[in-house]
Amino acid sequence: MGAILEFIQSIPYDQLLIQTLNGIVTGMILALIASGLTLIFGIMDVVNFAHGELFMLGAYIGVVVLATSGSFWLALIIATLVVALIGAALQITTLRPLLGRDPLTTILATFGISLVLQNYALWQFGPVARKIQEPFTGQFTLFYLQYPWYRLVIAGLSAAIIGGFWLFLKYGTFGIWIRATTQDRTMAQAMGIPVPWVHTAVFAIGAGMAAASGVLFGPLVGVNHAMGLDWVLKAFIVVVVGGMGSLGGSIAASIFISLLESYASIWVSPAQAVIVSFVVLILTLLFRPTGLFVPTPK
Amino acid sequence: MSVPETPTEPLVSVESLHTYYGKSHILNGVSLHVGRGEVVGLLGRNGVGKSTTLKSIMGLVRPRQGRVLLGGNSVAGLPAHKLARLGIGYVPEDRRIFRLLTVMENLRTGLDRRGVADARKQELLDKVYAYFPVLAERRNQAGGTLSGGEQQMLAIARAMMLEPKIILLDEPTEGLMPRMVWQIREIIEALHHEGVAILLVEQNVPLTLEASQRVYFMEKGAIRHHAAASTLKATDAVVQQYLGV
Repeated sequence: MGAILEFIQSIPYDQLLIQTLNGIVTGMILALIASGLTLIFGIMDVVNFAHGELFMLGAYIGVVVLATSGSFWLALIIATLVVALIGAALQITTLRPLLGRDPLTTILATFGISLVLQNYALWQFGPVARKIQEPFTGQFTLFYLQYPWYRLVIAGLSAAIIGGFWLFLKYGTFGIWIRATTQDRTMAQAMGIPVPWVHTAVFAIGAGMAAASGVLFGPLVGVNHAMGLDWVLKAFIVVVVGGMGSLGGSIAASIFISLLESYASIWVSPAQAVIVSFVVLILTLLFRPTGLFVPTPK
Repeated sequence: MSVPETPTEPLVSVESLHTYYGKSHILNGVSLHVGRGEVVGLLGRNGVGKSTTLKSIMGLVRPRQGRVLLGGNSVAGLPAHKLARLGIGYVPEDRRIFRLLTVMENLRTGLDRRGVADARKQELLDKVYAYFPVLAERRNQAGGTLSGGEQQMLAIARAMMLEPKIILLDEPTEGLMPRMVWQIREIIEALHHEGVAILLVEQNVPLTLEASQRVYFMEKGAIRHHAAASTLKATDAVVQQYLGV
């Protein structure tokens, strides 16, 4: 009893608050990446191993547009649109012909795309990390820490993009098409929904969302050709923990895991804190393989 | 036995269709036709290829040989979504309601097409809600929460949203209460009056003979017999031959 009280008294509450904020910020970025990934899996059973590279490509296009135009917001918009187009082209040329084949073929195809994109970036931009300058540098004081406003803006913008996308899915005709196709591809087609184009559009939307997170997160991490790897790994973890194909589950899992990692890094180093997400992943796979944040299947 | 000739060019004609699932030969040269506004029954025991015939017409399985003509034009090889837009509605055997979509959203999958004015959409909705008042009551309920009979109504209503020229109706009364069966019978009649053609696959022989103008009998993946429905009774020897156990 006394030990527990001592532990509770030893918790540094100021750090706890800061880490909550950090956890939410990374959680929202992760949610933006993971929602594209989970959506693509849900609708066409494709595990997109190139998702991290689309995130990286978005960040690099952001770097280039920022350097030429000087506007961060323009960079964000152009990177999103260009990567969405690239995503559409990739889907049409490599994934559409594989529809209905063994899932292994799509894994190999997307893995191949990821290698090509990574090495293209290395060849084009070199191994030295680039920097995206954040659009504003204001800070506010949080206890002893200067906390940058920009981080809160990232969280807000990611939430806005995800929220806007959710409304689109819920009320738009195209959103109904996406949901119908996710549930029953054959019947959707029999109802006159152009399923091949729905697949292409979903892949493009997922790619665009990954690119947007790349630009938004660029100022915090630096842009290099391998930046996609860490994030796609985390995104895969949250997609599995949240329940494959479940959008709401992925978002909840992104925030849950990011918060856990943030809190863990109060006591251990951030590198060790990553272990927490793997522990959650393993426990989920052992005890609730359908995902933590989806209703129990009947 | 006199078979009434279809007066004009048939709406749908199927010419010696061969369909395989992997190595098993399911359809072995099926030929049939459905005239404009005609209700045609397709009878046969389980597993003779009735559902596969419908799926082959709808473009959901790819026939290896043979042709499907819609209004005289070959539509073989077109993807299902194009056929739906050309006026073929499909109501599958297992209904295949979008379970997580609401009743209204299920209807919108067929309704939200380019070139349909809002007023026309409302008309179509009003029409199916008049046929199936229960769907209006449940319009904001998820499709998966409906009873079997309600799901069948939704499946038919959903196909009607496409303003089809023909509806491929696969075992609509399977597993339904008698009251619901009667309602399905009524809706077939109503669609017939509207001039919608129907290709009806059924196990319920009396209902099929009553609802259709002509019937085809299938056996081992091919049409074996063809007759005017009014000349047949469920107890006839020929019916027993193809359907009896």
